[in-house]
Amino acid sequence: MNPASAALATAAAGTHGFLSPTGVEIAFLLVGVVTFGAALVTVSTKQLVHAALWLVATLGGLAVEYLLLTAEFIAWVQVLIYVGSVVVLLLFGLMLTKAPIGRSPDADSGNRWAALTVAIAAAAALVWVVVDAFRTTWIDLSGPASGSTEVTGASLFQHWVLPFEALSVLLLAALVGAIVLSRKAKADAAATAASTPTVPGSRSEKEGVR
Amino acid sequence: MNGALDVVLRLLAVFVVFLTFPLIVGQTEHKVMAHMQGRLGPMYAGGFHGWAQLIADGVKFAQKEDIVPAGADRRIFQLAPAVALLPYLLVLLAIPIGPSEGAVGQAVDAGIFFVLAVMGVGVLGSLMAGWASANKFSLLGGLRTAAQLLAYELPMLLAAASVAMAAGTVSLPGILNAFQWWWLPWQIVGAIVFFVAGLAELQRPPFDMPVADSEIIFGAYTEYTGLRFALFLLAEYAGIIVLCGLTTVLFLGGWHGPWGADGLGWLWTLLKTAILAFVVIWLRVTYPRLREDQLQKLSWTLLVPLALAQIALTGIVKVVIS
Repeated sequence: MNPASAALATAAAGTHGFLSPTGVEIAFLLVGVVTFGAALVTVSTKQLVHAALWLVATLGGLAVEYLLLTAEFIAWVQVLIYVGSVVVLLLFGLMLTKAPIGRSPDADSGNRWAALTVAIAAAAALVWVVVDAFRTTWIDLSGPASGSTEVTGASLFQHWVLPFEALSVLLLAALVGAIVLSRKAKADAAATAASTPTVPGSRSEKEGVR
Repeated sequence: MNGALDVVLRLLAVFVVFLTFPLIVGQTEHKVMAHMQGRLGPMYAGGFHGWAQLIADGVKFAQKEDIVPAGADRRIFQLAPAVALLPYLLVLLAIPIGPSEGAVGQAVDAGIFFVLAVMGVGVLGSLMAGWASANKFSLLGGLRTAAQLLAYELPMLLAAASVAMAAGTVSLPGILNAFQWWWLPWQIVGAIVFFVAGLAELQRPPFDMPVADSEIIFGAYTEYTGLRFALFLLAEYAGIIVLCGLTTVLFLGGWHGPWGADGLGWLWTLLKTAILAFVVIWLRVTYPRLREDQLQKLSWTLLVPLALAQIALTGIVKVVIS
């Protein structure tokens, strides 16, 4: 980029307004609307597997939003972990429990109003925090990517290494807890079914999946 | 204008590769399998040693009726082949075949993560097909697919992470630029883990439990006919190309070769990819199918520890030489 256009870019960055959207901003909003719609369908559809597949659309839409914010690394990790693993796990569980094709009439929960309240409260809190934190921050799209792998890694392991380590300990605790719980369930099953021998391990495997 | 033309040309080149290379691998598989089993394989289609067999197959598939079972979930059933196939097209975009700027469809900054993430999405196609077919065999196939993916995704990621550590970058051209010949023995364990896990992710023999034809007919694809079935097959062979290309790029040095690497780098990439594809076919003819528990055991008790050991080794060597 030559100095003149750099000066233009900074001038443009200084005069950002809500009424002069760029192409990227429009794309961001449109993808956001689609993602939001997919999320709504995810929680409102009565077909269980469709809900899981709409969740794919939602998570994929989020990945596109990350991409538009130049956070390429986060976007691909989002696809890898959520679409590639979490949804596959969900679908695995749904198939194990023989999710029917077509509507499940009992897919409605009596707690839906409580759930809606919690969801709106959580969304409001998040929006408030994010708006408050990043009110005047604009990403310079024409400069070097501010969310590339290198930048993300440097900030993660230089400024945020303590939260990162704390999170890894939390995940380790969850992992150990899951193993302990599944072993306990297995021991209980062995104790109750001592007279009637069953296939060893089959129960604990299903418990682990759920 | 020039930039747009460049993009169109690149996309076109990747698309042509995507359409032709899987057919070449498929034809090679016909012939290699046949000769390994003391047969001749296709001999008539096209005249010379049956070279046009797969084109004839394609025409046959296109003529067949496209049937959706009455009890199936129509839209998901019809969408599944596209979900299975398109990710491999996207992955091909990011694989560099030569050292120059023009030899990669699109350079992606976080290349390793991109290719592994998008490859993982392809498996959703099999799961959708397995569930939406309203067929017990399909459902069993889908279940086995999911279990297999969950088991083999981890070692594949860990092995790829080892290379990224060695190179100090997650971009595929960046890894190749940092490649030295002694990485080959250094990363050999990771290479084997990656290749084996990739085979399992593609459901190729000996890891073809999800489509075991003697037990569950053809797994998730049992109810498919015509073009949609052909698309699933095409996805499998495109997957072979992608896996062999990725193994070449990550572990075998891509365009680097012992001689003639200047200007002919892409030839090295293609040669290594072709040899790996031959190995894939060879394994199919050689080994019997693994049972489901053997599959899981192989992944969790052998591949994951090996991949972790490789990462430890990579870290130690990296610290020692720096």
